Amino acid sequence: MRVGVFICHCGNNIAGTVDVARAAEETAKLPHVVYSTHYMYTCSEPGQDEIKQAIKRENLDRVVVAACSPRMHELTFRRTVEKAGLNRYFFEMANIREHISWIGENKELNTNKAIEAVRMAVEKVIRDKPLHSTAFKINKRVLVIGAGVAGMQSALDCADGGLDVVLVEKSPAIGGMMARLDKTFPTIDCSICILGPKMVDVAQHEHISLHAYSEIEEIKGYVGNYQVKVRKKTPYVDWTKCTGCGECMEKCPTKNAYDRFNFGVAPTRAINIPFPQAIPKKATIDAQYCRQIQKGKCGVCAKVCRANAINFELPDQFVTEEVGAIIVASGYGLIDQELLPEYGGGRYPDVITGIQYERLLNASGPTSGHIQRPSDGTEPKSIVFVSCAGSRDKSIGIPYCSNFCCMYIAKQAILTKDHIPDSQSYVFYMDIRATGKGYDEFTRRAQEDYGAKYIRGRVSRIYPKGKKMIVQGADTLLGAKVEVEADLVVLATAATAAPGAAALAEKLHISYDTHGFYVESHPKLRPVETNTAGVYLAGAAQGPKDIPASVGQGSAAAAKVLALFSRDMLESDPAIARVNQNACVGCLKCVKTCPFQAIKEQELRGGEVVASVIETICAGCGVCTSTCPCGAIQLQHFTDNQLLAEVNSLCLS
Amino acid sequence: MSVVEGKELRIVGFLCNWCSYGGADTAGVSRFKQPTDLRIIRVPCSGRVDPLFVVKALINGADGVLVSGCHPRDCHYSDGNYYARRRLEMLKRFLPFVGIDARRFHYTWVSASEGQRWQQTVTEFTTLIHELGPTPAFPQDQTVLKEVRA
Repeated sequence: MRVGVFICHCGNNIAGTVDVARAAEETAKLPHVVYSTHYMYTCSEPGQDEIKQAIKRENLDRVVVAACSPRMHELTFRRTVEKAGLNRYFFEMANIREHISWIGENKELNTNKAIEAVRMAVEKVIRDKPLHSTAFKINKRVLVIGAGVAGMQSALDCADGGLDVVLVEKSPAIGGMMARLDKTFPTIDCSICILGPKMVDVAQHEHISLHAYSEIEEIKGYVGNYQVKVRKKTPYVDWTKCTGCGECMEKCPTKNAYDRFNFGVAPTRAINIPFPQAIPKKATIDAQYCRQIQKGKCGVCAKVCRANAINFELPDQFVTEEVGAIIVASGYGLIDQELLPEYGGGRYPDVITGIQYERLLNASGPTSGHIQRPSDGTEPKSIVFVSCAGSRDKSIGIPYCSNFCCMYIAKQAILTKDHIPDSQSYVFYMDIRATGKGYDEFTRRAQEDYGAKYIRGRVSRIYPKGKKMIVQGADTLLGAKVEVEADLVVLATAATAAPGAAALAEKLHISYDTHGFYVESHPKLRPVETNTAGVYLAGAAQGPKDIPASVGQGSAAAAKVLALFSRDMLESDPAIARVNQNACVGCLKCVKTCPFQAIKEQELRGGEVVASVIETICAGCGVCTSTCPCGAIQLQHFTDNQLLAEVNSLCLS
Repeated sequence: MSVVEGKELRIVGFLCNWCSYGGADTAGVSRFKQPTDLRIIRVPCSGRVDPLFVVKALINGADGVLVSGCHPRDCHYSDGNYYARRRLEMLKRFLPFVGIDARRFHYTWVSASEGQRWQQTVTEFTTLIHELGPTPAFPQDQTVLKEVRA
């Protein structure tokens, strides 16, 4: 066997703390290695050419590249060796950057470790078998989870590209957070005026089928062929009959239901249509507050409904959708004020959150766009905005910036002045983060043209004094304590992962970070892909984002799906389990342990029973291989022999 | 020459590709400094780790073995790490019967975003192994050992 070893400097990233020349010299002495060299940037075009030429010149039949993580460039180099005529699985990577040069400070130890990493890779590569992918058909339908602005953008782009889209939304109406906003920065566009037409497009598009008030129950399958079970939660109203007239809502005697759409700014009815432009415009009963469901007597809505749509017995329904790719745009949540006891922890009615204030500003909100103090309905004259209410605060476990608060506070300060010309806004801030196009100009306008007083410093305490709220803080520019008497305090509460984000990630088999935001495949170069093939991310589910960024990601994810579906067939990963039927004793333990039901029993001509792998279903985890008592089922590319060879190269020598 | 004498001990790590290998990458990208003793073997899933790999490594001269996978419920392959958890917990209890200090084997869960947790895991385990010192040599005439080693 003729193995070639290519050690990458990665500029100074590796060569800075690993003696690459010595590593090349030492690894050249390893058994089977006939050629070993080092190169400045192996992944560059000349670097890859060097590999191709060496394969021809030195007649190499196996290649080891010692460079960055295989999660970064394994595919790049597999293609390289394939272009030079080798099977793409005759290649191994030794990770000497992330696992060695970047974490170890001692050059001697690092170099020795790098040589060992190459030795392990050589032991593995000489046991590599040629593998060939098979092609399989893909189902060109796409599932979009979440119908906020990011998900809607993805759905519309995919549908315009001719794909059938299944759009699943958890709440009774589409539009997400953006539908709740009054105006948008930095243009002061009316939010629903620009979102409304998109919502209508989604509802009317021939290629989009919408499941509102639905959640993902279960996901099975793999890229190209997913089976998704969707739970359509019961609204206790037959939506095929409901006309959205709203009479039930007017007559419902329960007037203290929590209004999820308005974030509890004012109570709503137990049966309600969340907002006038709601799509679908259908009524939903909140079972928690409904007298008929809780106590068995009332039924007023059923009596007044002329369409006869109310059905208190209506159960949840399940539908199974078959799709080939999934876009996750499940959005974000906001922290509870309870986490901020120094700001009242939600006890003071006149300390509200930014999104609640947004509903007060909104003409279709509970106050019809008149700013009123929740406590007594009077018009506030002095309004304090507190930015970073929870964000950038390690003490409550939120070290990150929530991205859009600086901008919406500036917008709300401007709108406040528009609504109440004799009002004064104060903004407590840590830093003003206004990096987008036209953003910094916008925050300056809030200060210069609209007279908002910006105070650089954090608020330490908020407490009531008579009818006023006293906001105590520091002005770090003056180095002085400040106290502002406020009629209304607005907290820019931190953005968090959406409730249930972790559970959804577990169904999708994608990873999430410590804060519950979904992890992209690469933070810079693969921002909308996940590490699970066929699953893409859009919007604030990946991290707090404003509208332009969410829309951009929505389109990007759609482009990825359209690219994936531009082919009719996909290539399977051939690194899957294979059964040696001569060694198989037919115990079928592997059939029981396989997480994907990818192994079935097969009767041979002689009558004996053996295991057999269904190639298209096997995902390549290798649980069967470590279950098999006789080593008959082997995960290709990670066989017992290969892994033991790696162990032995470390321990026996 | 496997490790630099006097400075390192032999520690073998089996890391699942999707979570812990990624977590170790994240630690590297973040330049979280770690002891250099650990050698990492990449496996697709912690469920691919045959307990025998661990025993063979320890009998053949490793001073410590670390296995790390995705957090339970977050397995890339649905439930591979549940199989790993059962097998490895059994293994941990079994090791003293073959004369191996069970502290030399550790299994844990580190996700792809938990670079800091990975740094901490490696540092603590390496420190522990250095406290325990090199694995005592096994008597060469035991037939059981010969069978396992083969």
